[in-house]
Amino acid sequence: MEFGPFLLLALMEGLVTAAVLALTASGLSLVFGIMRVVNVAHGAFFMLGAVLAWFTAQWVPGPPAVAFAVALIVCPLIVGAIAALADTAILKRLNYEPEATIVATIGLLYILEQAALSLFGPDARPVPAPFNIRLQLPWFGYSGYKLAVVAAAIIVLLGVWLILKHTRAGLVMRATQIDRDTARAFGINVDRVYAGVFAMGAGLAAIAAVLIVPIQQAHYLMGGDPLLLSFIVVIIGGLGSLRGTLVAALLIGLSDGVISTFFAPTLAKIIATLVVALVLVFRPQGLFGTRTT
Amino acid sequence: MAAVILLQAHGLTRHFDGLKAVDGVDFVLKEGEIHALIGPNGAGKTTFVSLLSGRIPAQSGTIHLKGRDITKLPAHKRVKAGIAYTFQITQVYAALTVFDNVALAVQSRGAHPIRAAAMAALERVGLETRAGQIAGTLSYGHQRVLEIAMGLALKPTLLILDEPTQGLAQGEIATFKEIVRAVVPETTVLLIEHNMDVVMDLATRITVLNFGTILATGTPEEIRANRAVQAAYLGEPC
Amino acid sequence: MNGTRALALHLGVLALLLALHFLAPSYHHTNIARIMVLAIYAMGYNIAFGYTGLLSLGHALLFGAGLYGAGLLVYHADAHATLALIAGVLAGGALAFAVGLLALRTAGVAFMIVTLMFAQAGYLTILYFGSYTRGDEGIVIPRAARMLGSLDLSDDGTRYLVALTLFAIALLCNLALVRSPFGRVMVAMRENEERSRMLGYNPFTVKLAALTVSGLYSGLSGAAYGLMFGYVGAGLASVQYSILPMLYVLLGGAGTVLGPFLGALLMFYLIDYASSVTDAHQFVTGAALVLLVLFAPKGILGTIRARAGARGAEWLP
Repeated sequence: MEFGPFLLLALMEGLVTAAVLALTASGLSLVFGIMRVVNVAHGAFFMLGAVLAWFTAQWVPGPPAVAFAVALIVCPLIVGAIAALADTAILKRLNYEPEATIVATIGLLYILEQAALSLFGPDARPVPAPFNIRLQLPWFGYSGYKLAVVAAAIIVLLGVWLILKHTRAGLVMRATQIDRDTARAFGINVDRVYAGVFAMGAGLAAIAAVLIVPIQQAHYLMGGDPLLLSFIVVIIGGLGSLRGTLVAALLIGLSDGVISTFFAPTLAKIIATLVVALVLVFRPQGLFGTRTT
Repeated sequence: MAAVILLQAHGLTRHFDGLKAVDGVDFVLKEGEIHALIGPNGAGKTTFVSLLSGRIPAQSGTIHLKGRDITKLPAHKRVKAGIAYTFQITQVYAALTVFDNVALAVQSRGAHPIRAAAMAALERVGLETRAGQIAGTLSYGHQRVLEIAMGLALKPTLLILDEPTQGLAQGEIATFKEIVRAVVPETTVLLIEHNMDVVMDLATRITVLNFGTILATGTPEEIRANRAVQAAYLGEPC
Repeated sequence: MNGTRALALHLGVLALLLALHFLAPSYHHTNIARIMVLAIYAMGYNIAFGYTGLLSLGHALLFGAGLYGAGLLVYHADAHATLALIAGVLAGGALAFAVGLLALRTAGVAFMIVTLMFAQAGYLTILYFGSYTRGDEGIVIPRAARMLGSLDLSDDGTRYLVALTLFAIALLCNLALVRSPFGRVMVAMRENEERSRMLGYNPFTVKLAALTVSGLYSGLSGAAYGLMFGYVGAGLASVQYSILPMLYVLLGGAGTVLGPFLGALLMFYLIDYASSVTDAHQFVTGAALVLLVLFAPKGILGTIRARAGARGAEWLP
């Protein structure tokens, strides 16, 4: 293949990565932005979404599209419920003290991975795509499903944005973000908001996982990379800024597609992690955020 | 009184989001005096002493200690240079013993042996019998005294006290006044104080701060007689 | 005096470990040697986290520095194990110092993430240079290279005694450190950084020094681990090995000298036992972390010290 089409392919792959990453990272960003919680178990929620999608595909009869549709609705709900439970049972009791919360979510990560290993097994398992359309471009054929993933991610993110900006639930969340105590004084049930936000964050990761699992296969350790990449995206985009997160996801996703096509993926990851560390040290507001003093 | 100048601030300024907390203040502190800083709430007193101690960097202006420019010096180096600051809200190490609290101050100035120097610092304020107690379990008054003991244990040339008598009982205030009188003239004292009896009783000079600027400076008698001060401050109950 | 009581307690623990050398059955004998080496790592972690309040998620980088610093030297350069051990210690300290220079500009959650990222970069670097490190598969260090002077580290008995010696040195240095004036300053930094600054201490310098000492301990542990057990692999520098010392310290008691050893001992056997009855040993680790932060954030010795606080065990360093 010539360079031009090769680059186009790399960019399209990068777009798929970016879309899924944007979903996953916006969940992490939402939780950090509103609750100030760094959720290390976020990748485990992602993995849980994928593993549950596999179970759904096993249990729901009929064509793959039906099972997939069911998974797309049920898996985020289940994962969200687990997250809400974890929030109420653990994080709330820690009073969201930052360091204790991180340690607790590390524990949660171990527990969820172990649960997946015990119930799902150590093997990677495929989930059939809901449809198989191949788009024939002049230079190469491309999976129509991958493009559908991009479209779906955009729709979901638009939905999240609408909820945050234009609904009462969104208003309540933003009020809680600004000042927890004042929100409580105004009769907002902060505990419920937190549980809801934590569930929503995990649910977003689960949606991303359900979307990606026909491409990537489900595996109990698959949460590591999305977690790391989400961290990178959220930090480079500016902690807690949803818009920054989206821009960074696009940037990282596209460059990941391009870089890992041309360079060794390990080297790309080394550079990315170092960049994140240095951004946190020298520009904690993120590359796109503005400094507030 | 042609006393030597210990500290001199010139054009000292710090704004917070447009609020002029300290605005172009010129200020002179003479060696060996007890200088009281008074003014209504929000006048910028704590910000001003925070600029002197280096807790907050100045936006413009200069600070000289014994002729040496310390404007850019970080807080911990200013402590080494002789400026000690005691906090408005008591900040002793609640989980450590009273002894450890003072020992931290003593060893910071390199005193040796630490134990003897720390015990001496505690004796000075009458806390020597409580050396082994966890500081967080002390009464409020004793914690304030411990805070002052930590400042004194640094053997500073300038001791800044931010509302030291706040929340103290009458008897404790008397003890406090004795402690302060005993440290001058080796140590110069700058104190922010709301209790006018303490101010008039202790201070050799007074500076009145209002809206981030100096309204007046003078002896207690001069300040009492100053009409502008009366209007802005003394006339109102605070 | 409190000082003598504390010293007696620690010497007693060391004497007990020496007695176990003659009494413990072979299986436990090997386990305890391993636990003592890992406890050095946990002590190092505790100096940063328990005493100075620096919660790092990247200590595997420092353990790995010792492990690979020593391992690569004996494997590729035929260096003497003694030299490699020293190199490992220094590698841990130097890397901690370098990371600290950058990471200590941040605090709290940002510090945790920065250290995590540095450790991740280190782990990936080991994989990237797979031709030297053999990546996940790791290097097996031949028996001939594991001679510490005339001491054969592949011999069970010798290994135990060397582990005990290193552990004893680390423990007593730890005790001396936390009872020294500098130890007091470390605790002061943990308790109230702003207050300490206003007593004339530079927070950055104090934390950098503590982190470097922590790195020396981690490097020693990593180097000893590789030389004693003859294996150097990337898995030992992965994020799990950053969590491990944190778990030990949280269990045994952060900010106590014996806590890291106690935590390592209990956790090692807990996981060992869990592995024998079920394959879900990761669950034990996860549950332990959650339960500890929820119900016993001070750990075992920390809780004992706090309970007996007014009179009794407050001398426990």
